[in-house]
Amino acid sequence: MTETSQEAAARTSSGFDHTLYILRANPVTLVAFGMFALLIFSAVFGPSLVPYDPLATNASNALQPPSAEHWFGTDNVGRDVFSRVIVATRLDLSISVAAVTLSFVVGSVLGCIAGYWGGWPDIILNRFLDTIMAFPLFVLAMGIVAALGNTIENIIYATAIINMPFYARLVRAEVNIRRDAGFVRAAKLAGNSDLRVLALHIFPNALPPMMVQVSLNLGWAILNAAGLSFIGLGVSPPTAEWGIMVAEGANFIVSGEWWLAVFPGLWLMIAVFTFNLLGDGLRDIVDPRQRT
Amino acid sequence: MTKVLSVRDLAVTFQTRRGTVDAVRGISFDLAKGEILGIVGESGSGKSVTSYALMRILDAGGVIKAGDATYSGTDLRRASERDMCDIRGREISMIFQNPRAALNPIRKVGHQIEDVLRQHARATRYDARAKAIAALEAVRINDAEARYNAYPFELSGGMCQRIVCAIALACDPRLLIADEPTTGLDITTQKAVMDLVRDLIRERRMSSILITHDLGLAAQYCDRIMVMKDGMIVEQGDPLQIFSAPQHPYSRKLVDATPRAGETVRSLLPPGDRRKELVPAISDQPLLEVRNLTKTYAGKSGPVHAVKGISFAVNLGQCVGLVGESGCGKSTTSEILVRLMDATSGQVIFDGEDIAQVPARSFAKDPRRADIQMVFQDATDSLNPRHTARQTIAEPLRRLGGIRGAKLTARIEELAALVGLPLPLLDRFSHQLSGGQKARVGIARAIALDPKFLILDEPTAALDVSIQAVVLNLLVDLRAKLGLSYLFVSHDLHVVRLLCDHVIVMKDGEIVEQGAAADVMSQPKSDYTKSLLAAAPKPPERR
Repeated sequence: MTETSQEAAARTSSGFDHTLYILRANPVTLVAFGMFALLIFSAVFGPSLVPYDPLATNASNALQPPSAEHWFGTDNVGRDVFSRVIVATRLDLSISVAAVTLSFVVGSVLGCIAGYWGGWPDIILNRFLDTIMAFPLFVLAMGIVAALGNTIENIIYATAIINMPFYARLVRAEVNIRRDAGFVRAAKLAGNSDLRVLALHIFPNALPPMMVQVSLNLGWAILNAAGLSFIGLGVSPPTAEWGIMVAEGANFIVSGEWWLAVFPGLWLMIAVFTFNLLGDGLRDIVDPRQRT
Repeated sequence: MTKVLSVRDLAVTFQTRRGTVDAVRGISFDLAKGEILGIVGESGSGKSVTSYALMRILDAGGVIKAGDATYSGTDLRRASERDMCDIRGREISMIFQNPRAALNPIRKVGHQIEDVLRQHARATRYDARAKAIAALEAVRINDAEARYNAYPFELSGGMCQRIVCAIALACDPRLLIADEPTTGLDITTQKAVMDLVRDLIRERRMSSILITHDLGLAAQYCDRIMVMKDGMIVEQGDPLQIFSAPQHPYSRKLVDATPRAGETVRSLLPPGDRRKELVPAISDQPLLEVRNLTKTYAGKSGPVHAVKGISFAVNLGQCVGLVGESGCGKSTTSEILVRLMDATSGQVIFDGEDIAQVPARSFAKDPRRADIQMVFQDATDSLNPRHTARQTIAEPLRRLGGIRGAKLTARIEELAALVGLPLPLLDRFSHQLSGGQKARVGIARAIALDPKFLILDEPTAALDVSIQAVVLNLLVDLRAKLGLSYLFVSHDLHVVRLLCDHVIVMKDGEIVEQGAAADVMSQPKSDYTKSLLAAAPKPPERR
């Protein structure tokens, strides 16, 4: 009933109009997008805008509390915490985006194959994913980084591997329910090979739920990368990175220098929070069915 | 005559993204004791919303904006939710459209009946089982003791609908609302369920509202019919009068569009649109010949023989109807013919060559791919939700035809004109199109490459009758204009008769009867064909 009434009023709207509508109708999404834009901005332009060199030490100015000069105070060797927090955005975002992209791509390919053809590739993939998920994921990531070596690339690989099962499972389910749909059979009648049908007709329909997963995962990936650095794996000092900064700052909380750990932790929290909020909005934008 | 239900100026609105939508716009009617009232209308006419409003189970965003509905002294609009809970099930009951969705899939059907009985204190813990079995027996379920322990997925669609009836009638309601109770059921099952419902209503002297899109069905089972359009009642009266002398133009259109014996495909259309029927050229040369086709699946409990060695031919320019109820193997057959599925054995001779030799998975690259196309049953499901109508029609043209650029645009617009799809609609997504428009997009896609052979898999099953009339006429015209041969797969003999020259009746994977359409319809030889014909609703003859 409501569907047909909407059809009568339906207009053809462009993707841009639709995005604007989603943002207007849902203030939370608008806030999330605003925060996301801010994060991207500080990742891209942060290093050239910050007031101090994030690596420049100044022993005479160590452990200063937040002030007009040093907004977030200074650390034990006199580095400006604000500059370090902002500069670290680029590294943390790159790690999480790279890891999520990698797990998205690999997970999608594996999930598509398993969901579309089924049979033994499906069985093998599922047991493989079960094996990954049987480990405590963070411990698995620690193990991978420890075994492969302490580099940023290895943090990315480790994060990608522990996130991959979620994508593969999701894509497998979404592809599987559409395998015999009418539009898929129609696409075959139009002369599409199985591969084309899968890539151009079925997979795009799995994108809306994937977007939610991507956005949540970006948050987890940041947390994961920071967590690895926190326990001393991965990024090594003196590189500015939220996890290390929290780890180093933690030693000073007892003696009252709280700003060393709190500000990078706050930024980490804001980043994760932003990505979690972003998910729903992204799904609405990607799904054409929401455009009425 | 005592009134059971009285509705005055009832109006229902829905709050949606594009503002307020008036679903029901001030309707008034009375229902007498013992009367069966039919509410007939096409999708979006507000007929289901009316019944939901009476039960106060409107979807989120829906409110009764104005009017009154009184059921034996109770104000249904203002009654408290607690009172409504008492009324639902005990006083007013409802049978829903999709019986499978209306039953809880993980509870035994017997327990679901007990739930209702105990909710309304009609049974205690000790006698609930016996009463539930009695309720099952009342809807004429054989071996009710055994069925009590069945889960919904173990039962057929018709059986599930009987269970839903048993639940609805368990507490002896005074008013039964049946919302499209037989949509999606086979035609013989439809008759069995409708006969049962009517008998039970008469036996228990209940009043009833039958909501349906099928005017023929309503005419057969109702004492009075109300025709609804756009949330308003356009006409009401007894079935015979509505059929023989419809007053309102809309009810006349509906009456015209209902397929009946002795009509032609053109007479389904409003008189103003009845252009002369084009005569297709039918040759004696077979275009497609099926020889001993079989398909066997490996089922959990042994092999399932879906198609058991059938043979038939489709001549050039001919339209062959393939009729049967669900599970008869007609869909499997069409899947094999369109080369989406491999046969277990048998030949499919198309244009002198056996195309069954080419495996289905590599047929996409076969040069004959463009010659055999299909129009799918569910237009919604057959359009990619992420593609616009234009992209959908372009797909075969780009892939198989290799047409690009300006030629592609020109061809798409030519096709849209051919199937009667307005050009501005080409850039809409499928959910922004109506059912009839989606069907047209599907047809345009199928004929895009001038195929020789087109399989029509119940192309009008999901459409309203007036749209079905238009689509059937479109198919008739296209066949004559483009010299197509059709295999028309359907469960509805009346629709098949309108289009087809030759009819094949299938049951349990075998052909039980085939012959010229007129012969099969007028002098059916097999009992099965006779029962199919008898089960179809018979609207009154027009005078």
